[in-house]
Amino acid sequence: MAKTLESFGIPTAHICSIVPISQAVGANRIVPAVAIPYPLGNPELPEDEEIKLRKGIVEKALKALETDIAEQTVFE
Amino acid sequence: MKKIVHYLNQFYGQIGGEEFAGQTPILKEGPIGPGAAIQGLLGEEAEITATIICGDNYFADNQKEAMAVIMKMVEEQAPDMVIAGPGFNAGRYGLACGTVCDAVKKQFGIPVLTALYPENPGAEMFQHDIYIIETPINAAGMRKVLPVMTKFIGRLLNGEEIGFPEEEGYLPQGIRVNVHTVENGAERGVNMLMKKMKGEPYTTELPMPVFDRVPPAPAVKDLKNATIALVTSGGIVPKGNPDHIESANASKFGIYEITGIDNLTGDLFMTVHGGYDPVYATEDPDRVLPLDALRQLEREGAIGKLYNKYYATVGNTTAVKNAKKYAEAIAQDMLQHGVQAAILTSN
Amino acid sequence: MKLTLNKFHVKDIQFGEISRYEKGVLYISKKDLAEYLLEDKNISSVDFDIARPGESVRIVPIKDVIQPRYKQSGSGQIFPGYVGSVETVGNGVTNVLEDCAVVTSGKIVAFQEGIIDMSGPGAEFNSFSRMNLLIPLIQPVENLDKHSHEATVRIAGLKTAAYMAKTTLDMEGDEQETFEHESILEMGKKYPDLPKVVYVDMVQCQGLMHDTYVYGLNVKGILSTLIDPLEVFDGAIISGNCAAPGHKNATIHHENNPIIIDLLRRHGKDLCFAGVLLSNESAMLNEKKRASFYTSNLSQLIGAEGMIISEEGGGNPETDLMMNCRLHEQKGIKTVLVTDEYCGRDGTSQGLADVTPEADAVVTNGNGNQFVVLPKMDRVIGDIEAAKIITGGNANSIGEDGTVSVEIAAIMGSCCEMGYEHMMTKLR
Repeated sequence: MAKTLESFGIPTAHICSIVPISQAVGANRIVPAVAIPYPLGNPELPEDEEIKLRKGIVEKALKALETDIAEQTVFE
Repeated sequence: MKKIVHYLNQFYGQIGGEEFAGQTPILKEGPIGPGAAIQGLLGEEAEITATIICGDNYFADNQKEAMAVIMKMVEEQAPDMVIAGPGFNAGRYGLACGTVCDAVKKQFGIPVLTALYPENPGAEMFQHDIYIIETPINAAGMRKVLPVMTKFIGRLLNGEEIGFPEEEGYLPQGIRVNVHTVENGAERGVNMLMKKMKGEPYTTELPMPVFDRVPPAPAVKDLKNATIALVTSGGIVPKGNPDHIESANASKFGIYEITGIDNLTGDLFMTVHGGYDPVYATEDPDRVLPLDALRQLEREGAIGKLYNKYYATVGNTTAVKNAKKYAEAIAQDMLQHGVQAAILTSN
Repeated sequence: MKLTLNKFHVKDIQFGEISRYEKGVLYISKKDLAEYLLEDKNISSVDFDIARPGESVRIVPIKDVIQPRYKQSGSGQIFPGYVGSVETVGNGVTNVLEDCAVVTSGKIVAFQEGIIDMSGPGAEFNSFSRMNLLIPLIQPVENLDKHSHEATVRIAGLKTAAYMAKTTLDMEGDEQETFEHESILEMGKKYPDLPKVVYVDMVQCQGLMHDTYVYGLNVKGILSTLIDPLEVFDGAIISGNCAAPGHKNATIHHENNPIIIDLLRRHGKDLCFAGVLLSNESAMLNEKKRASFYTSNLSQLIGAEGMIISEEGGGNPETDLMMNCRLHEQKGIKTVLVTDEYCGRDGTSQGLADVTPEADAVVTNGNGNQFVVLPKMDRVIGDIEAAKIITGGNANSIGEDGTVSVEIAAIMGSCCEMGYEHMMTKLR
């Protein structure tokens, strides 16, 4: 889906935990997430730390949206 | 007796060589060239009542006009089937054979057949839509191909069930179907391993699929003033799943309001994705669709604004073709509403 | 190690006053079995039903399918960690009820539960339709959380299976099959010229309804490990998951792992079956990497020359599958992968979520997206409404005429990736 959106000129950051799949299928801007059942969370953390973690990942996604790239890039 | 119309180029249609490649479409009675050989093999089963001949260059340079004339000829002949070629590896000829057969099939709904070398551009373009018998690279293979082609013509005319490419000789159409086997999967696996370890030939049952690539879209120039939208394949939907999005192989996507909502809570939202442990997303849906984080960033001015709707579907075993369809519709909706960039979350 | 399976071919199951096995008929006392299961205070009530091959019966929603077995002799007892203690198993004599299974049903826990049809087109998609089935319908106590609900039903299913097979204690079965498996060092000396094959059993551990247990231990967090093939016959590995009913490895699949059975039968003949490795499929990328690195390390340590790797589930586990493939091939160990695919209802989409060029020898057990319309059955055991929300089903799955339209991913074991069934996908 990410690459389809990109083909319409909409830069898209794909946040996912299993990066190899995103790479195989062909998303261009990839942001690693935490785990499959909670990509943007971590039930083991206290709430405020979890939100900080989530914000951090989303900020990386925004960075990916602002960055011009020539090929598939993982934004660690 | 069943009627067949045969499409040939200027060479096989016995008009002449390359110097006649500009020949406009003409109709002749009865079979010509390879058609005569096919007729011989067909016997009383069917009759090639007419042959349409068109120069390869004329077709390539005037496709619209050529097709208009050719389709009219076919319509007037009202055959039970149309065949073309064999075209072997001749590129212009192969494209013409494929184009004619495909159009006839779509417009008249009758069976069609051509025969091409696998790497002929006409084969690559049309093998998913029409039956194409596999041929060797050039006309030296004519004697081998014609009986295979003729047999297939008979089966198509009789409406018989067509078997698999390796049995029937046609190019794979890209459709995978389930079949029953004598050995179970485990036995097939051990046998395959034994062959592989001994260096004997084996055939994989599942060739690795190929995914296309798309050039990256240009980056957002002014993020602080941009409108960003959230999309998820993690199945986060309003409680009660109002659009009944399936827990696997979703047949649709939903667009949901988030105006005035600062964070997703388990009483108003749920996950319907059947492929991951739902407990954590149920406790806090922001773990899959990070609305609260985006709202914070919106307030801080990191982005212009968050689009007041989000898009959701379920990625669990959802076919790639369908996912593409949904994304195309979502993209159009985004463009209509001034969305400049997207964040897609998956599990 | 040596294990003999003492097999009883069950002809019928009936309810009776006293639970016993007599001349091929298994009689079950509802009262007695219910009492046994109700020892678990999380179960508020339980009922039982029977389904026989050829009957116009549909069972839904199904959590697990378990083959009744009970150890006559040897160390430990069946389903160690649950029925048996954690003592290791895999030797002696184990009684097996063939053509028979326990199918756990009752209130649905989550989306991933499945369907079995005992006749009609749906029955073609698994072997369970040809077995005599006992269905415990388990009702949990109010407000039981989902994780406890799943565990309760899982354990009740194992206990039921053990209870059923126990009726055959001290009897002689209809046939016996003995499997032998030497130590790795011994077999290396005994079969120097036979190709050394290892089987990697990839097991899921991704949370609720996606977990697998070995000797009662959740495989989440384990380092890849070695296990003797004979141990699985005594239920050392049991299923806590339903990663899409069509390709979850139910407990019966683990008990009857067809890859292990085929390799054992050929052991010492045209191959040397060096062992079984358990490699988990985690929900985190780093853990996937750790698992496949470590598994390939163990393979090398054992001296494997060839490897069969079976996947469980689909989607993200394809990453585990491809990583295992790549790492082994890079070490010079030839691999065959056993999996299934999801190429859409029309069969034209890409069927795997991850790929690697080294995966050139793959067995596929079917396209799980194949769409089928299952006719109305005279009787539904369980709750037909569940068909609407389970994997493979949708809001329109249940027709007014009682037909069920689903993808075969909803049918238990239809595409079992251990290769238990007889289906393949071909390109046309």
